[in-house]
Amino acid sequence: MTSTIAPTTVETAPAPRRKGWIGPTLGAAALAASAAAAVQGLVVMGPTANQGQYSRLLVVHPPLATGAYLAFGVTVVASVLFLIPRTRRPEWDQLAGASAEIGVLFCALTLVTGSIWGHNTWGVWWTWDARLTAEALLLALYLGYLALRRVPAEETVRGRRCAIAALVAALDIPVDHFATSWWRTLHQGSSISLTQPDKHLDAAHGVGLLLGFIAIALVYAWLLGHRYRLEQLETRYESEGLSLALEERRAEGVER
Amino acid sequence: MWRDALLVAGKDLRIEARSRVATNQIAPFAFLVLVLFAFALDADRTVLAKTSAGLFWVAVLFSSLLAVQRSASVESADGARDQLRLSGLDPAGIFLGKAAAVAAQLLVLEVLLGAGVVILYGTHLSGILLIVATCVAATMGLAAAGTLYGSLAAGLKVRETLLPLLLLPVAAPVLLAATKASQAALDGTPAAGTGWVRLLAAFAVIYLTFGVIAFGSLLEES
Repeated sequence: MTSTIAPTTVETAPAPRRKGWIGPTLGAAALAASAAAAVQGLVVMGPTANQGQYSRLLVVHPPLATGAYLAFGVTVVASVLFLIPRTRRPEWDQLAGASAEIGVLFCALTLVTGSIWGHNTWGVWWTWDARLTAEALLLALYLGYLALRRVPAEETVRGRRCAIAALVAALDIPVDHFATSWWRTLHQGSSISLTQPDKHLDAAHGVGLLLGFIAIALVYAWLLGHRYRLEQLETRYESEGLSLALEERRAEGVER
Repeated sequence: MWRDALLVAGKDLRIEARSRVATNQIAPFAFLVLVLFAFALDADRTVLAKTSAGLFWVAVLFSSLLAVQRSASVESADGARDQLRLSGLDPAGIFLGKAAAVAAQLLVLEVLLGAGVVILYGTHLSGILLIVATCVAATMGLAAAGTLYGSLAAGLKVRETLLPLLLLPVAAPVLLAATKASQAALDGTPAAGTGWVRLLAAFAVIYLTFGVIAFGSLLEES
């Protein structure tokens, strides 16, 4: 027996075909950028005098934090577009949900990498610093948002409800970002400055940080494409049944 | 809008006055929280007096969850929500009215809790003006955010578990700022608390504005 689930045929209109090349190209680019960032962070960059080996976390930690902002930012824009009656389309709701999920992932990873760094530099895994607390709150807020998304309801009702929750949660983003300048925090200020590019970083670390940003941006775009696709399939599944979605996913696998 | 707000606030407060849920259940619950804190901290008066600002606001926060849930469930029974929509009242007015009713209940509760803290924890009150300002600003923020999330979660099967998850992180800055401001008042350094009161006021204004704008689209749903 080759397959446990027999392919089913469903007599409905075929789903619109997915454009074949964007996803794989993005995936390959994300992989290549991640590999380059890893090489730069682990091989090219040396340990620094102050922070030793832990300075290598520079390649992942700030890009992850920025990636989380980017993801939540996309959620906010998509939610606003969904709330305005003239631009209301189910796609915006799906995009908001997909992006928020990646944001939560990045936000959690930011806390984890920051915690590892803090354990070495500050001597504690966690401290009640304004930036850390705001970041943890951001995670809790969007976990609540994702929980709200899982509550079954009619599509527009759920979308509207979630969009409002996403906007309320987004009020924490500026607080989190400016926490280091508003309060005297243990967390350091930004590592890069647009006016004085070489203020804090040497060339190798600058390149590492840049590669990290590129890698995370590409990984975000790639994950978002897949997650958004899944959201759409989920909606289809709810309306048209599992068999159709299964068949479509299977067809995609054959195509490659 | 303001007239509608007054009408809705009056209606909610009348319901509370007649059903006595606030006086018979929410206030005793808040008192119970105060007593439980004393158990948890081994009834050490010096510790209790030192942490009374934080404990007070945690008790207020928990009670506000109940008040908000109550305020939202009043509308979800018997199709009251649809009738509210049919009544032609301004959604912004409905929001402000409901928030005002919750705020009024919380303010009364805070007076009772304040008395409880003084009697049970032996806290010495000082900086009354700052404390009053803190209470008013924090309560408005809590009521606004609570009313918004309360109606968001109203009518859902999982509302009892979902509302705390949604509201508590949003209310956490209020807890922080209100505790800092009250602590400053109790320590006799009111100057240190004014910045926190300003933060509380900003929070209240932001959530009230947001609620006024967004409440209409929340009411639309069935």
